Amino acid sequence: MTKTKIASSRRSFLRNTLFAGGGMVIGFDWLAQQNLSVAKDILALPKEWFDFNAFLKIGDNGLVTIITPNPEFGQNVMTSMPMIVAEELDVDWKDVRVEMAIHDPAKFPNAAMGQFTGGSRGIPSKWDALRKAGATARQMLREAAAKAWQVPVAEISTSNSVLQHSSGKKATYGEMAAAAAQIPVPKEVKLKAVKDFKIIGTSHKNVEGPKIVTGKPLFGLDYKVEGMLIAMIVHPPAFGMKLKSFNDASVKGMPGIKDVFSFKTYNDGQEKAAFDTNAFPELVAIVGNSTWEVMNAKKAIKAEWEPFATYSETVTGFGGNKSQVKVPAGLENSADHLVKMKEFASKPGRVVRKDGDPEAAFKTAAKVLERSYSAPHLAHNCMEPMNFFADVKGDKVKVAGPLQAPGLIEPTLSARLGIPAENIEIEMTRMGGGFGRRAYSHYMVEAAIISQQVKAPVKLMYTREDDMTNGVYRPAYYATYRAALDKNNNLIAFHVKAGGIPESPLHANRFPAGAIDNYLAEDWSIESNITIGAFRAPRSNFIAAAEQSFLDELAEAMKKDPIEMRLELLRKAKANPVGKNNDYDADRYAGVLELVRDKSGWANKPKSKVHRGVAAYFCHASYAAHVLELTVEDGKPVVQKVTSAIDCGIVVNPDAAANMTEGAVIDGIGNALFGEMPFKNGVPEKTNFHNYRMIRMSEAPKVIDVHFVKNEISPTGMGEPPFPPIFGAVANALYKATGKRVYNQPFLGDKQELGM
Amino acid sequence: MAVFNLTINGKKHQLDVDPTTPILWVLRDHLNLVGTKYGCGMAMCGACTIHLDGVAMRSCSLPVAQIGNQKITTIEGLSENGDHPLQKAWLEHDVPQCGYCQTGQIMSAAALLKDNPKPSDEEIDAAMHGNICRCGTYIRIKAAIKTAARS
Repeated sequence: MTKTKIASSRRSFLRNTLFAGGGMVIGFDWLAQQNLSVAKDILALPKEWFDFNAFLKIGDNGLVTIITPNPEFGQNVMTSMPMIVAEELDVDWKDVRVEMAIHDPAKFPNAAMGQFTGGSRGIPSKWDALRKAGATARQMLREAAAKAWQVPVAEISTSNSVLQHSSGKKATYGEMAAAAAQIPVPKEVKLKAVKDFKIIGTSHKNVEGPKIVTGKPLFGLDYKVEGMLIAMIVHPPAFGMKLKSFNDASVKGMPGIKDVFSFKTYNDGQEKAAFDTNAFPELVAIVGNSTWEVMNAKKAIKAEWEPFATYSETVTGFGGNKSQVKVPAGLENSADHLVKMKEFASKPGRVVRKDGDPEAAFKTAAKVLERSYSAPHLAHNCMEPMNFFADVKGDKVKVAGPLQAPGLIEPTLSARLGIPAENIEIEMTRMGGGFGRRAYSHYMVEAAIISQQVKAPVKLMYTREDDMTNGVYRPAYYATYRAALDKNNNLIAFHVKAGGIPESPLHANRFPAGAIDNYLAEDWSIESNITIGAFRAPRSNFIAAAEQSFLDELAEAMKKDPIEMRLELLRKAKANPVGKNNDYDADRYAGVLELVRDKSGWANKPKSKVHRGVAAYFCHASYAAHVLELTVEDGKPVVQKVTSAIDCGIVVNPDAAANMTEGAVIDGIGNALFGEMPFKNGVPEKTNFHNYRMIRMSEAPKVIDVHFVKNEISPTGMGEPPFPPIFGAVANALYKATGKRVYNQPFLGDKQELGM
Repeated sequence: MAVFNLTINGKKHQLDVDPTTPILWVLRDHLNLVGTKYGCGMAMCGACTIHLDGVAMRSCSLPVAQIGNQKITTIEGLSENGDHPLQKAWLEHDVPQCGYCQTGQIMSAAALLKDNPKPSDEEIDAAMHGNICRCGTYIRIKAAIKTAARS
């Protein structure tokens, strides 16, 4: 923990702190762009700041700056993380200003997942560190006050940025900041009891809201410095192809074009890290003065492409294990993918978990239910296309832009440029969406290579078409479920076999594993050269859909209410768990089902023409359940209402968490009904929003009613868990509406009406 | 290249640009008005929505040569102090997640309310159909529009 005293004038504060947005503001009349409340804040800046630790500094006038370590992509960590620090500091929220950290592994070490936005790990991984940061500073303030007033520290209380002694002595945090910063950092601090929380658990507005609604420069694409050039790339039109040649002659003479060249995205033989995904090892760069000029040159350039041969590369995984990964040659088709997946599904897979004697149980079954489910590749389609700013000057690198995992890409950038990591500064701009896509920031390395080549600051921008066709897609998946019932409709065995291109979505130790005596889980996978990666709740986002649809059909076969059937299984998993590796808590799982049952009025018959579906899921250490109600109007499904129940432990910022849940529900309904990225001869067939159907306002539910389980469990995942179960809720409600089960996503695709 | 005289947010600007340049890139590259966003470049997502004489237009597909004397309003000029009823309602409902599409959403909504101060749900759906929110904040957007309409 550092304790350096940083004296700074208002001017240097502006440079060091407010302009932490770096070059983003050069060329802007910055003050004129701020709204009045911010201008007033600038006048109220302290003369001096005192650093307490990596997360906070306190000014002599009581202003507190709290630093958010993790990148912001809309999950609202810029508000919720500072709330946690502020809670333990006992500071008045109105005294708090928030800053996004730069990438700083010394301050925010990888031990706690570093500065990583993904896996719903933000708040859970930083919970303790953020609380301790606030509590430590509070303790130092109390000790400073005790020293100044010559009283025992135990007699000093705090509230709303004020220190107080029982004698009536008072001081503000600002008044005590200088002395407190000199106090040795306490080794241990006492944290608040959950019942005493005043900020955590109370809704606070997004701290960047005013900037967002007034259009201030916040995003990577808004980044600009003097003399910056615009760059775009041209990539092969199909997965499985590489650059053969290109003709730059006509393009180089076009207005505003500075340079056209090809470059390798990795050095020859460069070992890749787990997130170094890039299908296209050689790209063409076009660099020019303005976006439109570069776009025009990009349209005009003539390039030839050729299929590549199968190759393999060395990839170092998270644990440091090296493996050889084969990238097969070929121009792949989604239609062939489905055929191949069905073929693999019909053969024995790799046994991942086996309880009891499932084979025997299936043989004795009175009835076997078997169903298969599929889903296509998906594109992330973040609203802000991939982009990055880079300025490589000799052996110094400044990069700025939207990314989820600066710590994962920095070694790759360092290796590719041959510049040590300590000479690289990564600034993290607000992301216009992420959904997993920006954990693979190859576009940042591309920007830096281009800047190094042209010896100028460069902003690389993907067009929407580049973004959609040079993706890191959600894999295509396929799952087959079987259930064995005895003559009394008791569930006696369960079998899941799941795979995908190129990975399996199976989570073998999740529910209903643990609840069934005879259980078998198998997986398989098929190689592919189409790049894939994390997409909001990876793997879960498909397997939940398949499993929750199957459980609904199974409940019907068992003549049971679908919620009660799940609760019965969970009671069994709680009382007599089968196997040892069950990774869910049966009580918490049952808790969200009961909450959604009660809040949705499940016991009452649905209103006339309203059709309901229920689904639940456990992932990212949290539990989510939805009841979805839809009507069919002119052949179209219209979602009237979704009731959601979430158990993610302590909810830091309830209204923001409700917003995330609403978003997950809408995102899930959109992808369940419409989402798909088909490939034909390696070519991504959807290229922009004219043919990639996205859910729009009229297709969103009319009402989403979100409820959180109240408990004192430290926060678990929030951004992802509500997403996977909504797919099943859609499928199950569609069945009630049409009498036909849906097994293959997307359920509507480009069609406007249900085929009934 | 050609010289154009544009009135943007009440201020006059003279620019020498390629006449085919979409007004989006004039705003973002040449005038540093970056509140208007690039999302698709083909008028399919609404992130680039501006007002042309008060009418909502997709600036990504509108060449500068077609502007003529029409007055342009961008998010930066929607209100002087960020206090348009829609901007206030957006904050009240804490609408944004990532926030990238929201300026375009607000500009579409502002044009709607100008023509139709008390829109029904169906009228809001229709007017906002061209604006994608990938984060899925549609319910809050609609609620904020209704709040602004009541103010």
